[in-house]
Amino acid sequence: MRRYDAMFAHLSEKNQGAFVPFVTIGDPNKALSIDIIKSLIDGGADALELGIPFSDPIADGPVIQAANIRALEQNVNTQDCLEIIAEIRRYNSDIPIGLLLYSNLIFARGIAQFYQDAKAAGVDSILVADVPLHEAKPFRLNAMENDIAPIFIATPNACDDTLRECATRGRGYTYLLSRAGVTGTETTAQMPATDMITKLIEYHAAPPLLGFGISEPEHVKHAISSGAAGAISGSAVVKIIEKHLDDHKTMCFELKTFVERMKAATQK
Amino acid sequence: MSNSAYFGDFGGMFVPELLVPALKQLEQEFYKSQKDPAFQTEFYQLLNEFAGRPTPLTKTRNLVTNPNVKLYLKREDLLHGGAHKTNQVLGQALLTKRMGKKEVIAETGAGQHGVATALACSLLGLKCRVYMGAKDVERQQPNVFRMRLMGAEVIPVTAGSGTLKDAVNEAMRDWSANYQTAHYLLGTAAGPHPFPTIVREFQKMIGEEAKQQILKAEGRLPDAVIACVGGGSNAIGMFTDFIEEKDVKLIGVEPAGKGLDTDEHGAALCKGTKGILHGAYTYIMQNQDGQIEESYSVSAGLDYPAVGPQHAFLHETGRAQYVGISDTEALDAFQALAKHEGIIPALESSHALAYALKYAEAQTEETIIVVNLSGRGDKDLAHVHQVLSERGEL
Repeated sequence: MRRYDAMFAHLSEKNQGAFVPFVTIGDPNKALSIDIIKSLIDGGADALELGIPFSDPIADGPVIQAANIRALEQNVNTQDCLEIIAEIRRYNSDIPIGLLLYSNLIFARGIAQFYQDAKAAGVDSILVADVPLHEAKPFRLNAMENDIAPIFIATPNACDDTLRECATRGRGYTYLLSRAGVTGTETTAQMPATDMITKLIEYHAAPPLLGFGISEPEHVKHAISSGAAGAISGSAVVKIIEKHLDDHKTMCFELKTFVERMKAATQK
Repeated sequence: MSNSAYFGDFGGMFVPELLVPALKQLEQEFYKSQKDPAFQTEFYQLLNEFAGRPTPLTKTRNLVTNPNVKLYLKREDLLHGGAHKTNQVLGQALLTKRMGKKEVIAETGAGQHGVATALACSLLGLKCRVYMGAKDVERQQPNVFRMRLMGAEVIPVTAGSGTLKDAVNEAMRDWSANYQTAHYLLGTAAGPHPFPTIVREFQKMIGEEAKQQILKAEGRLPDAVIACVGGGSNAIGMFTDFIEEKDVKLIGVEPAGKGLDTDEHGAALCKGTKGILHGAYTYIMQNQDGQIEESYSVSAGLDYPAVGPQHAFLHETGRAQYVGISDTEALDAFQALAKHEGIIPALESSHALAYALKYAEAQTEETIIVVNLSGRGDKDLAHVHQVLSERGEL
């Protein structure tokens, strides 16, 4: 959790917001996945959001679904993902690494075991896509016990009580959603309602990062000028992987360039 | 969240935060409607005057050779739409209107739930779109045409395995974008709370009627009640009114496909392990890592890698017993009922019947069995014809 605090403090000194790219671990295969994630770091990513592939990703749109399938076709399993994270952690000891995954993968390993193993690999936060606040207790407690930040989603349809709970329970950062639906660039992010950000600040929530539908530097700029502490971009990143599956060099170059452009938009 | 979200440890509401307000709204409206006489009157009026309830309880004449046994069939195959699915769809369609929503999203495997949803939406003036695995769209053309005739949009899903599980995923994705205007009309007693409870409450008239009918016919309760289990809606509808009758055996029949010891079956309770799929903690078919495995059954309506959470609870507590019936056994029962009783059952229901026939043979004392004949077999004719031709049995 300290890595998030350090990152936000550091960015605040430079008067910048955070840019956080997402990819699915093991997409399109184990070896290349490591190069991909390193390219994101080299491009200037402030933090990483990494997914463990799952057979039934109900919160994801077509682009990230396809990434999950590519990884699973390479037989990438949870253990492989933890090993890849450990390697990334050796590559960079400061960058916050967030995991975004589905609950059954955690259950299958045993909740306590999963959080311990994630911590050992160097994970800083975990967002369980299909566990809402009111079902989160066992996940949250194991996260706290292992010094991993439990991440919750502040949704545009949440009532005040839910936002307050989201603020109280979450650590590291708050995943801010500006629109309904699943991940993807088909629907662009709407700008977060200022009153939602105001409430999160009032409830002392961890800094909000805007996700879903972030694909252009302009979106990052708007997110930050609306009061978000930064932005997360997933499908737009994964599309670059998809586009260059046959040319790894170009893929990594384009990923690095994309992150540089998005990162440049975080300067206030 | 209320404790009613759980059956013992099973159930819950494991969905993205975004869907929680929609599920809570549904829960609230459902509980209100249960106490609203006007809602109940309208629901039962539709069941009686449109769908054809109550359905008869038929005593078989020729099928059972053991003189100790009387076998009764609860005739949900005679319900409008051809299966028990129509019951709960009418209930949820009324809830949709009550919530002021004008659109309905549904998933379907074999197409029975899709057809039921399409007919209810047509009747009640709701716009309907049905997600159906691309493979199932190919396999179940007559049902696709039925849905389209009744004004529903059928959307083929190519993602994943292109079957029911993927249709559910896609319906949930659609719902997370459109929950403000659309109701997700889930088709079985599975999924996140409150669906398992809603579907049970809107299906439990099956068992209530059967209980009255058997008491009238025999003057006593049956010894065993048998139903097939995919997601588990017809079984929970049949079981519910008998759960407190401790002397009545409850038997759920899962699809054993090519055998419970093969990889090709859909028996989540007999062979699966605990985990979370489609919003509920229940028994599911998964690998060691928690990736969901593909299920298999000759019957598309039972081809699902999870099971409703209340069945998981009844299994764990031992109140109900769950067994497997293979494709071959189900096909034999399908033919036997047609040949000896003049009834062509759905392949799903043929699983329940097949186990009932096995069970009947073993009885040495006077025994009364009630089978839920959950649907009729017209939809399966082409498929069964093909399978039997391939085996040289025609």
